[in-house]
Amino acid sequence: MGKSAGTAVGQKTFAEKFKSRKVQQMLVIVTFLFAPLLLLIVFTYLPFMKMVQFSFYNMKYIGPKKFVGLANYVDVFNRPEIFRALLVSVYYMGGAVVQLGLALFFATMMVFKVKGESVFKAAMFFPYLICGIAVGFIFKFFYARGFVLDSLLQMFGMSLEDIPYWLQDQSINNFALAATSVWRYTGQNMIMFLGAMMSVDNDLYEAAALDGANNWHRFIYIILPSIKSIVVLNLILSISGSLSAFEPPYVITNGTMGTGTYFVIMNRLAHENQKVGLACAMAIVLLVIIIICTVAQKLFFAYVFDNGTDDESKAAVRKRKREERRKNAQKGAAV
Amino acid sequence: MKLKKRKPISVLFEILKYASLICATLCALIPVCVCILTAFKTNEEYASTSVLDLPQSFFNFENFVIAFQKANMLRGFFNTGMVLVVVLTASVFMGSMLAYVLNRFKFPGRGIVQNLFMFAALLPGIAMQVTIYQIMYSLGLVNRLVGYMIVLMGTDIISIYIFLQFFENLPVSLDESAIMDGCTYFGVFFKILFPLLKPAIITSLLLKGVSVYNEYYASNLYLQSQELKTISTALYTFTGPYGNQYNYICAGVIITIIPILILFLIFQRQVYGGMAAGAVKG
Repeated sequence: MGKSAGTAVGQKTFAEKFKSRKVQQMLVIVTFLFAPLLLLIVFTYLPFMKMVQFSFYNMKYIGPKKFVGLANYVDVFNRPEIFRALLVSVYYMGGAVVQLGLALFFATMMVFKVKGESVFKAAMFFPYLICGIAVGFIFKFFYARGFVLDSLLQMFGMSLEDIPYWLQDQSINNFALAATSVWRYTGQNMIMFLGAMMSVDNDLYEAAALDGANNWHRFIYIILPSIKSIVVLNLILSISGSLSAFEPPYVITNGTMGTGTYFVIMNRLAHENQKVGLACAMAIVLLVIIIICTVAQKLFFAYVFDNGTDDESKAAVRKRKREERRKNAQKGAAV
Repeated sequence: MKLKKRKPISVLFEILKYASLICATLCALIPVCVCILTAFKTNEEYASTSVLDLPQSFFNFENFVIAFQKANMLRGFFNTGMVLVVVLTASVFMGSMLAYVLNRFKFPGRGIVQNLFMFAALLPGIAMQVTIYQIMYSLGLVNRLVGYMIVLMGTDIISIYIFLQFFENLPVSLDESAIMDGCTYFGVFFKILFPLLKPAIITSLLLKGVSVYNEYYASNLYLQSQELKTISTALYTFTGPYGNQYNYICAGVIITIIPILILFLIFQRQVYGGMAAGAVKG
């Protein structure tokens, strides 16, 4: 009995404290932040700091470390295989540009009324959801000599001798691999662009339609301004994205025959050759590139798009309206 | 009648529109469809016919059975399932709690916490695994499903973004009136706000779920023993002894795709919504 009374008194003061908003806030903040912050520190920032540290050492996973200063960084730029990987990523960047262009084109098509829209959308988006390893197998099969792509081309009358070895021919295999990225991400980009286009105020389309704007006007004056920021964002993201391409080349060629992307090479150095220090230096270089891209993107948005995009497109519509009216007046005069 | 009114240029536009869309759809579907065809072919058929030929029977499930057994996919599905349940539950709660605190309270260090998460999103995932592996090793978490789950939880930025965005559109007056009624902050979160988060929860479950289901790199690194294989590492075993038996490989690929396909067909709208939300965020 005495015990329970004691806790009751204790509870009262505790409850009083608990009622005070300040303490309660503190309690909520601490409990809710604890787990995510702990995970963030242990599995993101601790490894990050170790990565920075290791990049100055010549070391394996187990065994002695040797401080080598900047030698690993010098190596990153001097090793032919890594330099080659940087070149390979240019193919993927080119792929990313093609992919953004296609995505933009199809998203624009979708903005207009399309019968069976959901079927087209689903078919084009679905590759994005397939796991990277499966994408790798699908295209390993697709490009294999005498298999899917070759059979398709033969169906259209090409003979097998004229068809290159898609994965072995070094002048073409990186195009083939970059194309898998295009296949995988175009639909996803399209859905993103479509989302941005749809967020445009519907009145704008109606006003434009009333003024007799044709589809081309709609594209130039309404659609394009509404999505230019996200297009630029994706262009910039594609730089780090193309350096990070991993699973398809890993499965399809395992980085042989000059198709090793940055991550494939890094993976090989880190886990097969156990050059941990060098791999860490590669990671830091990649991080620096990503940070530069991000800063570039921030600057770009700050200086180029300082006017709200909506206002701008409205202004564009107004301008076009004036022109339209003038033209109509001329027509009237001619009749 | 309607057609007559149309100008020739708009007819041309219509043709161009549908032709390009159909072409794109074919490009997207052909690589997968050929896999489906091949998955139904017997060994003899596979060796003798062109890959574009239809299989003799669409009821020949032998390859699926073989793929399922050879790659130990049952185990893979079981492990991936467990990982999904734990990681998704944890990420929904952690993501929404974190977003709640960051969105609703001003406290010293709030900016720092927010920036720490933002910066973490920039760090290249696969590259980090070199040193994460060391930490996992020293914590004794390598080759344990729990360890893999923790790694996937730790790198969870997507759901935090989604929840942060959602909280911005939930009026603070909701919280305030509940506090007036004597609700605690915990109560506000769990009783009032959490149920309202449903759309954001669905979106984050789908996006995170797909990325966990498809995750290969960490799974390969941390779960090396046979009975710990997840679905993507199980699929990867086909690079070995069956490297050229594409009828088995295709069957394996189709098996891994089917669950995602079903989910996608059910939740199409939410998936697109999640993508668009990411777009606006960008």
